[in-house]
Amino acid sequence: MSETIKNSEANGDAAKVTEGAAKVTDGADEAGVIQEPRGTQESNGVGRRGFLKCMAWAGTGLVWAMNAGVLTSCNLASGAGSKGLFTFVQISDSHVGFNKDPNHDAAQTFQEAVKRINTLEEQPAFLIHTGDITQLSKPEEFDTAAQILRGARAGQIFYTPGEHDAFADEGKAYLERYGKGTRGGGWQSFDYKGVRFIGLVNVLNLKQGAGTGLGGSGFGQLGQDQLAWLADDLKGLSSSTPVVVFAHIPLWTVYADWGWGTDDGAQALGLLKRFGSVTVLNGHIHQIMQKVEGNVSFHTARSTAFPQPAPGAAPAPGPLKDVPAERLRSMLGLTSVNVLSKDGPLAVVDSTLG
Amino acid sequence: MLETFGRRIRLNAAASLLAACAACGGAGLGAGSSAAPSSQTPNAAHATDVAGVNQTTQAARGDAKQNSKTDTKPDAGADAAQNQIVIENFTFKPATLTVKAGTKVTWVNRDDVPHTATDTDKRFNSGALDTDDRFSFTFEKPGTYDYFCALHPKMTGRIVVK
Repeated sequence: MSETIKNSEANGDAAKVTEGAAKVTDGADEAGVIQEPRGTQESNGVGRRGFLKCMAWAGTGLVWAMNAGVLTSCNLASGAGSKGLFTFVQISDSHVGFNKDPNHDAAQTFQEAVKRINTLEEQPAFLIHTGDITQLSKPEEFDTAAQILRGARAGQIFYTPGEHDAFADEGKAYLERYGKGTRGGGWQSFDYKGVRFIGLVNVLNLKQGAGTGLGGSGFGQLGQDQLAWLADDLKGLSSSTPVVVFAHIPLWTVYADWGWGTDDGAQALGLLKRFGSVTVLNGHIHQIMQKVEGNVSFHTARSTAFPQPAPGAAPAPGPLKDVPAERLRSMLGLTSVNVLSKDGPLAVVDSTLG
Repeated sequence: MLETFGRRIRLNAAASLLAACAACGGAGLGAGSSAAPSSQTPNAAHATDVAGVNQTTQAARGDAKQNSKTDTKPDAGADAAQNQIVIENFTFKPATLTVKAGTKVTWVNRDDVPHTATDTDKRFNSGALDTDDRFSFTFEKPGTYDYFCALHPKMTGRIVVK
């Protein structure tokens, strides 16, 4: 139920890329790790310690606080909930319709995740579902998911499709339900209390992998239309505006062999480079992975349906089947994000379903 | 906890393999293995009644399905195993299949996750194949068909039609 960071470093030099991965510790309930913030952020004049507040959320989880690109963690015990500007919740990979090992009722665990949202002291301003809402894009699966989400105590729900939602018909059924207010394949942008939110779609027009030499990567992709729209959307936006980007497949390469990356993700990140605080929220891999690169922090969420193996820990990225029933919920979860102030520090809290 | 993707022997898969072999024998194509040679019942081999020999052979095999396969089309059973692509462990097996024009190829998904077989030039698309679902496509035109799984685009395969 708590996470440890591995190698989470931020460096003022944009050229250095460091990998951050949060692994689930086996059932052990650690009190939390207090880490020294490392690296400096000279570029925007914020000192090393900066402004840091510890957030608490519904009892469990390790709190991450983002301050000008420095990811640190603090002990839950050390602070009761401190109100920021607003919170929102990321929920991902519900795969409604999935009914095999290790979870024969993905709708049920999705329902449980929504119930957890409803126990939050402070109602989230909105939810973001980062895709794979359904297992097979079936109408009844979309219906069930919508029905479950109607019970969520949250302002509004924003979506981005996963490949499971779009593969059958290039996203037509998904767009019929969730296309309102979006462009093209379902991308969108909105502002909330001074934060720019951008939903990208990287699961359409996927090209096959390189196996037969046809030059595809097997990765997600954004496409030129969407990138042109993104450039336009960011035009004139002050660099001090905190930006939150959400998309299904990770925008950075988590693991190439399994297609866990986005072909032209680097182009999108290039457009975001000038901003002082960028948070990228993804799903798809059914486990938590984090990385900080300059002013951009990346975070992937757990699934509410089933866990997947760590990169390379299995022959293929299918569901982890041998999870005992009593341990399943410790590997499923959702993410709460607290926007602390207009200047962008975001506290990202992952928690499990049990 | 490491995931093991060992194959599970499924009863239905084993049964369909037996049925395919029975059909091979019944159709007389000899492509599959013969399960029970008539030499197992030497006395029956001397019977003058051909039908009687067949019945005894059936009895020796203990395979009552033999009879039901005799009126199936000649290509249905024998080709089933040859022009079939099994999807398992996120792989199309065989990765490349070469067939004659006019051949029907069948994909069957043995994975616990859904897959598709989608031609990159959109000439065929299986749609979602859940576990044990199958999809068949008859390749009339010669050419090379590169395809992939729309859900896991790293999975690729090729059909060469001559």
